[in-house]
Formats: sequence, structure tokens, C-alpha cells
Amino acid sequence: MPQVIIEAGHTEKQYWRDLWRYRELFYFLAWRDLLVRYKQTFVGVGWSIIRPLLTMIVLTVVFGKLGKMPSGGRPYPLLVLCGMLPWQFFSGAMAESGNSLVANSNLISKVYFPRIIVPVSSVITSFVDFLISAVFLAVLMIWYRFSPPAAVLFLPLFVILMFGVSLGVGLWIAALMVKYRDFRFIVPFIVQFGLYISPVGFQSSVVPQQYRLMYALNPMVGIIDGFRLCLLGGQDSINWGGIAFAIADVIVLLVSGFWYFRKTEQTFADVI
Amino acid sequence: MSDAAITIENLGKRYTIGHQRGVDEGMRHVIEGAIRAPLARLRSSRQKRLQDVDFWALKNVSCQIKRGEVVGIIGRNGAGKSTLLKILSRITVPTEGRVHINGRIASLLEVGTGFHQELTGRENIFLNGAILGMTREEIVRKFDEIVEFSEIAEFLDTPVKRYSSGMYVRLAFAVAAHLDPEILIIDEVLAVGDASFQKKCLGKMGSFAQSGKTVLFVSHNMEAVRDLCQRAVWLKDGRLNQDGKSEDIIESYFNSFSDTLSFSCTNPDYGLTIRKVLLRNDRGQESSQFHPGDDLIVEISYDAQKRIERPIIALGVLGTGGSCFTSNMLLDGHRPSFLEGAGVLTCTFRAIPLLPQNYTVKMRLQAANVKDVIVPYQEVASFSVVGDLSEYGYKGDFLTWALRSTPVVIPYEWRLPDGTTARVALTRNTF
Repeated sequence: MPQVIIEAGHTEKQYWRDLWRYRELFYFLAWRDLLVRYKQTFVGVGWSIIRPLLTMIVLTVVFGKLGKMPSGGRPYPLLVLCGMLPWQFFSGAMAESGNSLVANSNLISKVYFPRIIVPVSSVITSFVDFLISAVFLAVLMIWYRFSPPAAVLFLPLFVILMFGVSLGVGLWIAALMVKYRDFRFIVPFIVQFGLYISPVGFQSSVVPQQYRLMYALNPMVGIIDGFRLCLLGGQDSINWGGIAFAIADVIVLLVSGFWYFRKTEQTFADVI
Repeated sequence: MSDAAITIENLGKRYTIGHQRGVDEGMRHVIEGAIRAPLARLRSSRQKRLQDVDFWALKNVSCQIKRGEVVGIIGRNGAGKSTLLKILSRITVPTEGRVHINGRIASLLEVGTGFHQELTGRENIFLNGAILGMTREEIVRKFDEIVEFSEIAEFLDTPVKRYSSGMYVRLAFAVAAHLDPEILIIDEVLAVGDASFQKKCLGKMGSFAQSGKTVLFVSHNMEAVRDLCQRAVWLKDGRLNQDGKSEDIIESYFNSFSDTLSFSCTNPDYGLTIRKVLLRNDRGQESSQFHPGDDLIVEISYDAQKRIERPIIALGVLGTGGSCFTSNMLLDGHRPSFLEGAGVLTCTFRAIPLLPQNYTVKMRLQAANVKDVIVPYQEVASFSVVGDLSEYGYKGDFLTWALRSTPVVIPYEWRLPDGTTARVALTRNTF
């Protein structure tokens, strides 16, 4: 017979067990968000192709054609798309999971389940979009007759890093948003700003050598570099520092995000 | 210990009020506070402490609920009932004390939690089931039963936003009713839906209770509490006031109203103060005890600093089981053309046809546009009806059952097979 002890302060012991018990809810919430997302739209799921396609065209024209940025001999659209894949995942996942608790406040205040399921399943939802965009990239690579190098085997590592950084930031924002709705305004700003300070439309090698390390403090730099390295090969020098920074950033963000989420979780229902 | 389903020890929950400035605790204040902190800490530490008001929604509550018990939780609004349920259902954590729950628990604080408007009935059954803690396999297994109970089979693939509110509630309750916990916590879920569906819900809860499950039931419907629960816990101002057999507790709960001071309230937006609400008998004396067939005079003393045009006043007389009768200007249309300054308004209910039980009077005052509520519908007075029914021509052997009967008796006449007739009425001068 299951025993539950509710006590002022801590409920640690039950936390992981509950998470396991409610594991299907990860899936159900993500499923709900996916079902709802394209209801009453005309183009439907086509949007997850159209958005990256249009952005890719714009960035290729702006940076590749007008800005004449180097591409290291690779087709510029592929270069852009390789950067956009992790970037769009990050910005979408962060925004969705950041807003997820507030958007589900009716659940939070009326029923118990481990709260962390809500932001995590938002990230999972964004991952489905990522997969659709990835298919689009694969099609484009076939079109350009571009076969990925052997380094593609390391791609899962960068996918995990991408997932981790999005979840870490998402957890922070979700927990903060419960109390401070200011983040509603901050998040779109991060998304807009981040597109320019991350190497989405250009290669990070464009950044002068002396600023590289500072530039790499942005975890997306290492992740996007990694994606390009694995998918398009590394004709230019590999920025190992950037990748190391990304790994460190992800760990710090995830651990601290989880810590802050757990710390504030118990008051969500009172504050939201 | 082993037969305890829920053990509550010294439970307390504190909310801090006044800490929140304005509507929301904006980040600006926190940042501002952090910048000013070094200075402010010197100056205003005492001031700040005064601003924060601690409010104990629950304090020192201890009790034990045995397996298989059906317990009603009663108390006025703000007595801590909802807070207790929220702690037990683990939505919020207590500030002090502990609770030990022994068994699989499910709580229903609302019907249809997590329903999504855009999704179909079928999809919502799965979603809602998962949110309430069912596994997918469990939902699949019970799916047909749920659909049958909800009576909406033909709309299963329609988005719930197209449902009528009745269908919505039926589907939502159907999912909840098929949870299979050992301990069930329910909050006023039955306050929704039409009468026949409410009956169905009560029936389901009754069978749940009879199957030996533990149920905690919060309600304002004393009749439902009395019918379903053997035991009642009465919370008052966040403390456990009384705990015992539900009939006894409900009775003393109602008796407590007659001891309370006269009602008064103020709505500053409209400049209206209800100074007191008195009950008088037909001799004009203030009273909280009436006999069947007496006149009941409700006297409302008000003070309107601003002129209030054509207000709408409604009164309701309620027994333990719900409304008995009402007087409502919204229906009868006899509204004052205005209220201004201090004055008195009365409503006399002639020859109240009520059995000896406890009653409350509720009042609402609306502005002329109906929409704006100046005084929300709430209890303003209470009284009890006392008297020996044999004085009214009652000669049954079980007169004490009148305490549990439907309270309103309008005059009626029996005509028996042998041709005799008998007239019954709760008025003294009939016979």
C-alpha cells in the first residue's frame, strides 16, 4: 500500500517515485500540445517546414549574398539550416517551457503531479518540431548531393546538449515566471537578441580570434558549431573551447535550473 | 495505526498577506529592493515587518481518519476547508505539522481539470485521466464504461468547446468517477450540473463510500453531508472546532449561527453600509426563535452615503438541505426608487410553513443594472424554528423525525380510502 508523508519542508523521497508514477503524463501533455498546436490552421503541420524554410531563405540572402560571409566552400543554405535547427529548437523550447507553468495554472492549482513534467513536456513538444525540420535538412542535403562526414556519429551528443540547455533555461524561466510575469517580456527579447549573437546566419569563425572565448560563453555557439561540424564537416578550425564551454554551460544551467525549480516548486500553487 | 487512512498532526498553513504590493509582485520591486536594501534595511526593517501580515489559514489541526470512513468537512467560507484539501491533495505544502496518508489517494477539487477546449471528448478522456493519475492502460480498460456513464457517446469526436455545459460536466465527472483510489477527496464537485445529474453523482459517491473506501467530502450542502457521511469535522477560523457524528456536528454548526453577532458590511465603492439585519416576530420583538406559522420579519438597516438608484434586493431562507423560499425584487419588481441616507427596509414572510429545524437568511443587493453586485449573496441572519408539532394537529409516532424532514410544509389534505379527510397545515389557527 502506497504511503505518502506530507511534511513542512521536504518531500524529497517521494519525488522520484512520483515522477516515475506520472511518467506517462510527459507524453500526454506533449501529445496535447501537439494536437492543439495546429488545430484550426489551414496549412497545419506544414508550418514546421514553412517557418525554417522562409527564415533560411532570408538569412541566406542577408548573410550569404548581401553580407558575403564565408561558407568554407559549403552551400550557404545548408550552413544556415544547420545553425537554425538547434537555434529554433532552443528558442521555441525555452519560450514554450518558460511559459508552460503559467499557461497551465489551472492544473497547478487544482491537481497534484510533479510540476517538472510541465516544462519538460514543452521541451519534448519542441523536439518534435525539431525532428520535422531535421527531415527538411536531410532532404536539402540530398538535393545538394552533400553527404555528411564521419563526425555525424557525434551529432547525438550535440542534440543532448541542445536539449539540456533549453531545459535548463526553460526551468529557470518557468519557475521565475510564476512569480514574476516580467519574463513574458524578457523571453521574446532573448529570442530576438539571441539570433544575432549566436552564429545562426554565419559561422563562428567570422568572429575575431581574440573575442572567440568570450563569444563562446553563449552555449549556443558551441552547440551550433558542433552541429555544423557533425553535419557539414570541419573545413575550418574546430573551436574546441566553444564546445567545452557549451558542455560546462549546459551542466551549470541544468543543475541550477533544476535546483531553483525544486526550491520554488512547493509555492507555485500559492503564488500562481 | 494500521487502520488509519489519514493521520493529520498539528497541521498549519501560513500565508503572508500585505507582502504583495499592488496586484502582482512585480520584479521591479525586488530589484528596487535589492538596490535600496543596504539603506532600507537600516531604516524600514521595522516598518516592513508591520506591512507583512501573517495569516494562518490553518492552525494546529490534528485528526485521524480511519480506513473506510466517510467524513464531511464543514465550516464557513474562509474557515480553511479548501486549504486543508489542498494540503491533503499535495497541491500546496503545509507550513508546519505533518500528514501521513496510507493508500492510493485521488482528489477532485474541480470537475474537468485540464480539459482542453480544442480537443475532442475522446482525447479529453485520455488527457484528463492521465492528469488525475490514471495510466493509459487503465484508461483504455475503462474507456467504454466512462463513455456510457457520461451519456455523450455520439459526441465523442466533437471538440468539447462545442459541448453544452451539461455535457461537459457529465463527461468530466464520468472520468473522475472511474478513478479507483483507496482514498478520495472531493470538494463541492456536486455544485454543478442539473438536478438529475447531481443525483447520479451523489449515487456514485454513495456507492463509492459503501464499497469501503475512505472519502473526504467538503460541502456546504448539509443534507448531502448528512446523507453521505457518518462523521463530520467542523473547521472554524482555521482550527478544528468540533469533530464527531455528522448529525451532532451539523446541528451544533447551525446552532452556532444564532450566537453570532448581527451582520453588517460595507461596500465602499457604492458608499453603502448594511448596519444590521434583524429578525423580528409578529409582535415586533427581535428574535432568533420562531414557531411554525409565525410571521418572520427581516429588517435591514442601511446607510447609503451615495444615492443608489433602483437597487434589487433578494432574500432567501435556507434550511440544512438548501433553499426553502425566497423574496426577490428581480422577480416581483417592487424595487425602491432609490436608497439614500440611513433607513430601514423590511420584508415580512407571512406564516412561515417551516418545521422545527435551523435556518439561515441570505441576502443579496444588486445595482440597477443587475450585473453589479453591491452586497454579494451571503448569510445575514439565522434563526431556529421551535415548537411542539402536536400543537399543530400532528399526531405521528415519530415526531422527532421532523428534524430531518424536508422543512417546508404547505397546507395539504389527505383523503383516505374510508372516506375520511385530514387537513394539515403549519398554522396555529386552522384547527
